[in-house]
Amino acid sequence: MSAAMLTADWFLLGRDLYFRKFEIYTMGWHQDINLENFIATSAPYGGPIAIRRDEQKFIKVQGSGQPIISIFSGSGKQITSFKWTRRPIVCMGWSNDEKLIFIQEDGWVVLHDMFGQYLHTFEISKKIQDAKIIDARIFTNPHNQTGVAVMTSNFKIFLIKNLQDPKTRQLSELIKSSLHPTSWVVISEDNNTEVLIAREKELFRLKQDEHHTSIMLEPDISNNYSSILEMAVSFNARHVALFTDSGYLWLGSSNLRTKYCETDTNIIHKPKQLVWCGNESVVAYWERDNTLFIVGKHGQKMMYTYDSSVYLTAEIDGIRILSNTQHELLQKVPDVVQKIFRINSTDPGSFLLEASKHYQKRSHRANEYICLVKQDLKKAVEQCIDAVGYEFDTEVQKMLIRAAQFGKCFIADMDSTKYVNMIRLLRVLNAVRDPKIGIPLTFTQLQNLTQKTLLDRLITRKEYYLALHIAKYLQMPEEEGSSHILVHWAKYKVSQAHLEEETVARVIAEKLGYTPGISYSEIASTASQCGRKKLAIKLLDYESKASEQVKLLLELTENTPALSKAIESGDTDLVYMVILKLREKMALGDFKMTIRAFPVAQSLYIKYCKEHNTQALNEIYIQEDDFSAQAQTFIMESLDEKKAHMRDSLLTSAAEAYRKGRKDMHASMCDEYLKLLRYQRSLDEKLGQPKYVGKSVHETCLLLLKSNDVKSAEKFRNEYKIPDKRYWWLRIQSLAHLEDWGELEKFSKGKKSPIGYAPFVDICLEKNNKQEALKYLPKVSEDLKVKYYIKAECLEDAAKIAFEQKDIQSLLYVQSKCPSQSSLSEKVNSFITQLDNRK
Amino acid sequence: MSSHSCHLKGGRLDFSLVQTEAQDNLISLLKKCPGPKAIVWDNSLIGPVDLVAQNKVLKEHSVMKMFPLQPEPFPEVDVAHVIFITRPKLHLMDYVGQNVRADARTKTEKQYHVFFVPKKNLLCIERLKHIGVFDSINLVEEFRCELFPFDADVVSMEISDVFKEYALENDPTYLYQTAQAIISLQKLYGPIPKVWGKGAAAQQVWDVITRLQREKNNNVTTKPNQTSTIDQILLIDRTVDLITPLATQLTYEGLIDEIFGINNSTAHFPIDNFLSSEERTSESLSEDKKQIILNSADKLFADIRDKNFNAVGAFLSKQAKTISTQLDNTQERSVQEMKLYVQKLPQILVKKKALSHHTAIAECIKEVTDSYDFLDTLQTEQGFLNCIEDDKASPYIEDLIAQEKPLVKVLRLICLQCITSSKLKPKVLEHYKEELVQVYGIQVLQAITKLEKVGLLKAQSPTCQYANLRKALCLTMEDTSEINPTDISYVHSFYAPLSVRLAHKVTKTGGSKLLKKVLKLLPGPTLNESPAVPKTLAKSDPDAPQVVLVFFIGGCTFAEISALRFLSQQEDTNVEFVIATTKLINGTSFLESIIGL
Repeated sequence: MSAAMLTADWFLLGRDLYFRKFEIYTMGWHQDINLENFIATSAPYGGPIAIRRDEQKFIKVQGSGQPIISIFSGSGKQITSFKWTRRPIVCMGWSNDEKLIFIQEDGWVVLHDMFGQYLHTFEISKKIQDAKIIDARIFTNPHNQTGVAVMTSNFKIFLIKNLQDPKTRQLSELIKSSLHPTSWVVISEDNNTEVLIAREKELFRLKQDEHHTSIMLEPDISNNYSSILEMAVSFNARHVALFTDSGYLWLGSSNLRTKYCETDTNIIHKPKQLVWCGNESVVAYWERDNTLFIVGKHGQKMMYTYDSSVYLTAEIDGIRILSNTQHELLQKVPDVVQKIFRINSTDPGSFLLEASKHYQKRSHRANEYICLVKQDLKKAVEQCIDAVGYEFDTEVQKMLIRAAQFGKCFIADMDSTKYVNMIRLLRVLNAVRDPKIGIPLTFTQLQNLTQKTLLDRLITRKEYYLALHIAKYLQMPEEEGSSHILVHWAKYKVSQAHLEEETVARVIAEKLGYTPGISYSEIASTASQCGRKKLAIKLLDYESKASEQVKLLLELTENTPALSKAIESGDTDLVYMVILKLREKMALGDFKMTIRAFPVAQSLYIKYCKEHNTQALNEIYIQEDDFSAQAQTFIMESLDEKKAHMRDSLLTSAAEAYRKGRKDMHASMCDEYLKLLRYQRSLDEKLGQPKYVGKSVHETCLLLLKSNDVKSAEKFRNEYKIPDKRYWWLRIQSLAHLEDWGELEKFSKGKKSPIGYAPFVDICLEKNNKQEALKYLPKVSEDLKVKYYIKAECLEDAAKIAFEQKDIQSLLYVQSKCPSQSSLSEKVNSFITQLDNRK
Repeated sequence: MSSHSCHLKGGRLDFSLVQTEAQDNLISLLKKCPGPKAIVWDNSLIGPVDLVAQNKVLKEHSVMKMFPLQPEPFPEVDVAHVIFITRPKLHLMDYVGQNVRADARTKTEKQYHVFFVPKKNLLCIERLKHIGVFDSINLVEEFRCELFPFDADVVSMEISDVFKEYALENDPTYLYQTAQAIISLQKLYGPIPKVWGKGAAAQQVWDVITRLQREKNNNVTTKPNQTSTIDQILLIDRTVDLITPLATQLTYEGLIDEIFGINNSTAHFPIDNFLSSEERTSESLSEDKKQIILNSADKLFADIRDKNFNAVGAFLSKQAKTISTQLDNTQERSVQEMKLYVQKLPQILVKKKALSHHTAIAECIKEVTDSYDFLDTLQTEQGFLNCIEDDKASPYIEDLIAQEKPLVKVLRLICLQCITSSKLKPKVLEHYKEELVQVYGIQVLQAITKLEKVGLLKAQSPTCQYANLRKALCLTMEDTSEINPTDISYVHSFYAPLSVRLAHKVTKTGGSKLLKKVLKLLPGPTLNESPAVPKTLAKSDPDAPQVVLVFFIGGCTFAEISALRFLSQQEDTNVEFVIATTKLINGTSFLESIIGL
């Protein structure tokens, strides 16, 4: 391919600004579409095209008078067409996420998807009331969202900055006048969206403040005019173009302070379209003679004539021109492309390309060219790689790639990442540009759009398979790439009502598995929105995130599964969430029946009731025949000081409950306590002060003994069956307390002690009465004797006894207690040796 | 790294990471409230949080005042923010409400925030809404501090009610939290390629972990890049070994805990033993308790903490001799030596101080361990553990009851008898109950029912569970040296903690056959899995010592920790244990938590 061929579609604007215009598709639509009779609109970033008949043109109409909307892909493949049955359309356009926007005369906005499916509708503002909408603009705000502005028949302008979050603002009003607006544009910059509006010669800026009075603007237009007929704003909202009725095109900054140029077009009619091509030039199109007039920022011009109507769509890096037969791209030739392909270019990339071409031809001149760029090879390779992104023609792409590859061979440590990435992206671009898909996306647009959005666009087109391949090919992270696509595929599957539930669920699960990033609840939610509840529940089985699963199940009023999943998750917060929700929604009886099937839920609810609702707690215990718990509750209540007046009845109830639960021993304990309580009351009454009430059996008996009422104590002891052993303890404790040592001794001699005599020693020692303690030492049982002699600090006796008992261990122990080098210690030592020798 | 966390390093896992992570988390939360602030603390958190973020750090982030969270409102302060840092407990929410309402009446305009540790809780938020203060609260955040580092080899969640809630109330909340704690450990120390566990709670915790990991894998694409540093985790449900906590611990640290109680590495001792005779007579005693921090930052403590108390005295006196020789005979030194000596002097003095502290502590302990009370209790315990006279009512217990000794002490012994005995008749248990009710009052029934429910109080197990276990696992050893131990049984002087025996058998090669028989005797399912770990994260050197994390669900005792350390130190072992627990417990605190005292 010769250099001349490569630059055949280039043209110069002025002296050094190259533009190019080339065909991207031959339109595949039917011959009978003549754009002259239609209003067309195409979504940015190579999106779909929608057309409807231009009702202001007279043509033969077939069928009913209702307008028909047809949607085509970029390559002219028909996607759908449908009848418009709503109110008359003022304006039709696409949003950045490829939704078709209709603005109706009555102030309602209607959205359809690219398959013609109705999505939703909303009213712009109640304030519009009876006034009709007469004109509208669809614009992109700096956050790449789509907004709309409408003008009413009384020339008020309303603005919605972002269709996804439709909040309407009324702009400041024009100064009253008999004149009608002639043209207007929306300038959406940063956080400020304004409207530039022309009324014949006057020019105003309307702000987002209803009460602001607009001041007339005076752009620096030197050639006389009486009206501004058309205006255009550049993609970045920094530049504007004004077209006057004297045929002049004025270019300047959007604040009108700087003027770039003023060019005579020699045409004084209002152009059908006035569009910025990138940020460098403006294109005006007149339908009357099918002329395109291109004007650069410095006044350079160029004219094209077509043989039929065309339609222009602005892109960030150029303009797409749609005609009856062709789809073309008009853009400034990217710098790097210029550097390589421009005739007589001396840029390294250009030489490298030459070298590569000669190398392909097996010509030695390859070497000469390589020598020329030896110093700049790296740059040369990079230029070729950069340039290839801008090319649509696969032959040219191959040529550049070969050159880059060839150049790479001469660089020792070339990092191939960029090369590899570019080739990847190029393959993706070629794949989506294929007429079957029909998205004529440029490299620049892809960078701006992001790969993720491209995937979304393919998903919207239901090109799941291609999207999946691209995601894998570009090695996108799963939750942005394959998982994301699969979820959408699944949602689509789910929405197809004719498919059988069981199969759909199975097919989806097979394909998606437990892939990271898959949200089954999202799919299930779609299914439920499509009215397929059963399917939704089936799908939720695969959801790994318990909180999502449970939430949706609750929404679907699948109470039991929600509860069981919540418990399975182990997260009690989820269980409580379900419990509280169910408690709110269900009848109490049903609620109780539901949760009692789940022990964890039941225990959590019981715990909840303990804190919040003791009444409900008792009801559960009764329902569950949990007599023991009922009794416990009664006992606890009976101990509550505040409920002292109910103590008797509470204890009776506790005993009853225990009896029902066949815990007779516990029941009789309660009975005994009740009896005790009554007895204590009578004691307190006699005493005239509270002393006994609330004490245990043991304590009561001790108190009786301590007050020296042995008779009552004996009686009490018999009545409450205090065991012999413990009664002995009580006796000696009380006697020690009273320090009635004589009585203690008498008591010890009365009967044989069931607890031995060691406690007697202990109790005396406790009262620091060693003298008394000594009395009982001989009676202590043999096995404890040594220990107790030591306790009473009678070490010598202890040693003797231990020796008699031949107990070396005890002797050693005694020794450890002796002060070292005392006579006792020696004695013990001799005992030990004696015992040792005897062995 | 501050000196504050030195003692956390040096183990096989650097637990200072846990500390840094928690501290960073807290700081980032504090940064959300710019300007001077006051913190109102849930009392149970003050100690643990001090382990991860000291006051100094908080001050650096303009925390001006700190108050305990009480029903009574905190005093008026001039700050921009008041932050309540609290466990998600309902009654504490009421306190928060009372505090916020009272403070809102003061003049100064403030913002109120609640940070939950470690997790928000639906019911708490509902409660705040219900009492009408939720709208006054600006930030509701989570201070995700699941584990508090105690030492180079010990971390704890510091929640005392874990066992009670899952075993008694059937409430799995804390098991979920435990699972999250283990996940957060895996985040720091890499995936754990081997899991072994015993008991229903262990199973449940592991189920939740698997589930959460699946959920997380689905959300996070950046895979953990930390290589495995923990080779195995052992999940031990406290239900499996209820015996060990009931037995009196006889290690130095264990005894300090049994007698004086250790909370967040800190214990309080009667001050008398710490004063010289002159100081004692002077009347300037400001405090009656001496507070001492007990962790391995104190080298001497690190040396003696795991020893049987009987070996401590000798060790301390040896140390004392070394120090005094170091301090004495300064006259015969050359100038060179003198210089060296002066350089070393501060170190020696630190040592000396530590020595005097521990000598004093040892004295305090000895007073108790020499008492007849202590020895008699120990003897009774040993009788039970050795399966001697276990089928009748113990006269010693009866005597304790008759003397109205502390209820928990009595219950601890009864429980031990129930668990170890194979022939205990229902009649005997009934007798105990009657005695308890007559002496301590009808309210004892409540405690008894609870203990019965968790399996601590029961009559006659038909399997002779303990007797068999004792034989199979050699739980009691007659002839172990307390001074130079050869077996872990030294921690209770003759009883080897069942849990640690299990851990030992599981990690020892070839112990599985015997284990199978043993595991059948223990309650709950056995867990034995090897979750797939990405090859890239697998440990590079398979011959390096195995790091085994033992996670006690429901709490563990200091004696158990000492026993595990003892195993790590054995020469013929290739295993090093690190310990995680829901709470550091002893028999008394364990029972108190269950019966809700």
